[in-house]
Parts: sequence; C-alpha cells; structure tokens
Amino acid sequence: MDDSIAMQVTRYRPDKNSQPVPVDYEVPLRTEWTVLDGLNHIKAEQDETLSFRWSCRMGICGSCGMNVNGEPRLTCATFLSDYAPGPVRVEPLANFPVVKDLIVDITDFMEKLPRVKPWIIRDDDVTEIDGEYIQTPEELEAYQQFSMCINCMLCYAACPVYGLDPDFVGPAAIALAERYDLDSRDRGSRERLDVLIEKEGVWGCTFVGECTSVCPKHVDPAGAIQRYKLKAAQESVKAFLLPKALRR
Amino acid sequence: MSAPVTRVPSYQRRIGVFWWVHKRSYFLFVMRELSSIFVAWFVVYLLMFVAAVAGGQQRYDEFLDRATSPLLLVVNAVGLAFLVLHTVTWFALTPKAMVLRLGGRRVPGTAMLAAQYVALAVVSAFIYWLVVKA
Amino acid sequence: MKFRVLPFVWLTFSGGGVVAAVFLPVLVVLLAFALPLGWVDPSHAHLEGLVQSWFTRIALFALIVPMLVHAAHRFRYTVYDGLQVKHKVLVALACYGGAMVLAMAAFLVLTTV
Ligand code: SF4
Ligand code: FES
Repeated sequence: MDDSIAMQVTRYRPDKNSQPVPVDYEVPLRTEWTVLDGLNHIKAEQDETLSFRWSCRMGICGSCGMNVNGEPRLTCATFLSDYAPGPVRVEPLANFPVVKDLIVDITDFMEKLPRVKPWIIRDDDVTEIDGEYIQTPEELEAYQQFSMCINCMLCYAACPVYGLDPDFVGPAAIALAERYDLDSRDRGSRERLDVLIEKEGVWGCTFVGECTSVCPKHVDPAGAIQRYKLKAAQESVKAFLLPKALRR
Repeated sequence: MSAPVTRVPSYQRRIGVFWWVHKRSYFLFVMRELSSIFVAWFVVYLLMFVAAVAGGQQRYDEFLDRATSPLLLVVNAVGLAFLVLHTVTWFALTPKAMVLRLGGRRVPGTAMLAAQYVALAVVSAFIYWLVVKA
Repeated sequence: MKFRVLPFVWLTFSGGGVVAAVFLPVLVVLLAFALPLGWVDPSHAHLEGLVQSWFTRIALFALIVPMLVHAAHRFRYTVYDGLQVKHKVLVALACYGGAMVLAMAAFLVLTTV
C-alpha cells in the first residue's frame, strides 16, 4: 500500500474566491484513517484555514456529512483506504448553499424539520404525574427504524428532487413524521397529514430511492414517503368518497 | 418561539440539465420515468389495433402490414424494452412502498415480489388465451 | 380534513402503473410482434368478435384510463425535474390535458367500433 493519498478538497473562501475551487493535498494513508482524519491532518499540518464541521467522530452527531467522490457520506465513517490509490474528492454536501469551504448553510433544513411536528402530540392532558406511557416491544418496533435518524442531511444531498425543487420538504423530515405517526403514544397524525398532503409535502417525491441508499442509519426515508402517500390517499378516499356510514 | 435566523451569505451551486447522466442510479431512474412515453404510445397503438380490427378484414390486414415496417418494429422494440424496465422496477419498488400485514405479521418483500410475477404470468396467459385460442 | 386533488391523481397513477406492468407487456408482444410477424394467427373473425364484445370494450376502457393518467403524471415530473422545464402549470396542463384528450379518443373508439 502507498503511504500517502491525494485528497482533492473543494475550497471556497468568500473573500478570495468567486466560486468553489478544488485544491490538491497529500495526506498519509493509514488503514485506520477516515476522510475526516485526512481533513484534520490538512488543517493541523498544511492549512489551518480549512473549514469543516465535525464533532463526535463516531457516526452519531451527524455533522460531518460531505460529498466524497460524489456520494454523500459521513466523513468520520468513510475510510481513506477504500479510495486508494486516490485521489479522494471531498466536496461540501450537495444541494445546500456553501458558506465556506466544506461548510454548508443548513437553514432550510432547520426550517423544514419543525413543520412536520416531530414530537409527541397528545389530545389529552396526561402528564408525568399520571405515570409513564406504557409501550410494548412490538409498539416500539413499529417506529424504531425511523427513530434512528441523526439529521445528517445526507438524504437531502442525494435527493435530486430537493436539489431541483427546494420547496420539497424532503426525506428526513417525512421519515420523522412517520416515526411519530407510528408511535403508539402519539395522536398527531392528522396534524402532520395536513402539512404533508400539500404539494410541497410528499407529492414532489418521484421515488428515486437514493435517500435510502445513502442513509448511514438505514432509516429508509424513501419507504416512509411512499407509505405516507398511500396513507394520504387512503384518508382522502375515506373522507371524500365513502358514504358517511362507512367512514371511521 | 423560534429563534431569529441570520442568513449568512453563501454560494448557491447550480444543477446542470444533465445531472442524471453521471450516476448510474440517477440514469436508471430517468430511464424508468421515460417509460411513461411508451406506455402512452402503446395505449394509442392498442386503440389503433382495435379500430383496425373493427374496420373489417381489409383494414386489419393493412394494419398488420404497416406494423411490420422497420420503423414501427424498431419503435415497438425500444418501447417494449422500456416497458420491461417499467414492469421490473415497479414490481421491485412495490414491497418498499407498502407494508402488507397478514394475520398481524408483515408479509416479507420477497413474497410480495413473487406474488406480482405470478399475477403477471396469470394475466399474460389469460390474455394470450383470449386473443389466440378462445 | 383538507381536500386536495393530488392524492386522487397519485392513486390513479399507481393503479395505472400496476396495469401497465401487468397487462401491457403481453398485449404489446401480441399486437406489435406476434400478430404482425405471423408467430400466431388467430382469424380476423375471432378478433372481431373479441373487440365487439361489451366486456372487452369496458375492460379496455377501464385499463386505458389509469394508464394514461399514469403516463401523464410520470412524464410531468420527468419534464419538470429531469429536463428542468420550469413552467410548472404549463407542463401539468399539457400532460394531464393530453391524457384527457386521449381518454376521450379511447371512449370514442371503444363506443363506435
Ligand atoms: S434519514 Fe438518514 S440520511 Fe437522512 S438525515 Fe436521517 S440519518 Fe441522515
Ligand atoms: S463527526 Fe459526528 S457523525 Fe461524523
């Protein structure tokens, strides 16, 4: 194995560049080094102005997402050696505006997330004082997969519909809506449906399926969105086509 | 409720018109969606067939004659390829798009996939029988 | 609950997708290849009887309409996302309008033959 690997890192310094430009670096290639380790090496040894986000280094905070060789990846969970002999192309997460170097503006995502009300909604006044909610293992299993999301936004970077139509509420937000809909403690599905039945909701999705392929936590947002479409359609049929007596 | 947001200046990247040619999965996706053109075309073709058959022996013979022209054969062959792509991808995506429960258990995706191919075989055999044998 | 058209369009799109996947391949193989190329040779009288039956005509119409909606809906998003034609309303009108015209043509053909 070579003892070093080329990294082509997209740089964008608003005061210096009019647009992002690729810059070549050379970093040591160690079996246990991730792309994030490579970036940290550049920052420590070669250019301390290189800017990027990271925190946990263990695939749980969701802040280190970047496009590596064109694929949205968690850079702390992506090994340099998988790209040997290189070069490894590191770009800011696709579909988001670039603030500086590898840092993207996530305002849009932060604004969209609360729209689907991703929290438990109750129609009664049960509080902690009344005791805990009881949930069986089966009830937990019903939504568990969708609760693994770490808000890394890789799915947004992979989604061409989001890239082309920024109004689309997007994969993770809908998966999270599904997560609370499927929670036995929650009573808020009607409220979420009212948000997602709009055309910026689920209907823009054309089931490309890439969000599910890139998700590091196997959340399956694509599946969640299609199921949501079916749910919205079923509810619409029930509410507007069935005679009153058959409605639930 | 929500904190005031400061919009930072940022660089907006553009997506080219040919964003789908560089990546296999995007390319397959666009091809899958383009199958819609041929679905529409075959509906038209089916109607032309029905009209020709109803128009009598002579018009029907003319129709068959025209259908063997190289141009139409090529168009239909390409269309059939797209249609097969549609069928295969549609079947593959169905188990991902819906959860079926039988007796409280989730029906596994492979079973749903197999059931669709069985349906395809049954329907095809029935239509073949209707047109050719019955 | 809010009334929206899109859920109904999507439902028809899905139904049409199933029809196109299950019914269309065999029809295409028969009508576009097997019959013209003489692989099979049912008599004209037999086919005439088939298309003249009300059952066939109603069944065909019931299969054709969702397939047209399917094609229109899918093509609409392909034009919009894939080709980035950004005239949302125009594209939608052209696609669904085209489907409507073809559905009416189908009605005419199937009722007059
Ligand atoms: S759904 Fe997956 S890819 Fe999308 S934000 Fe959540 S963890 Fe990341
Ligand atoms: S640094 Fe936290 S997920 Fe990569």
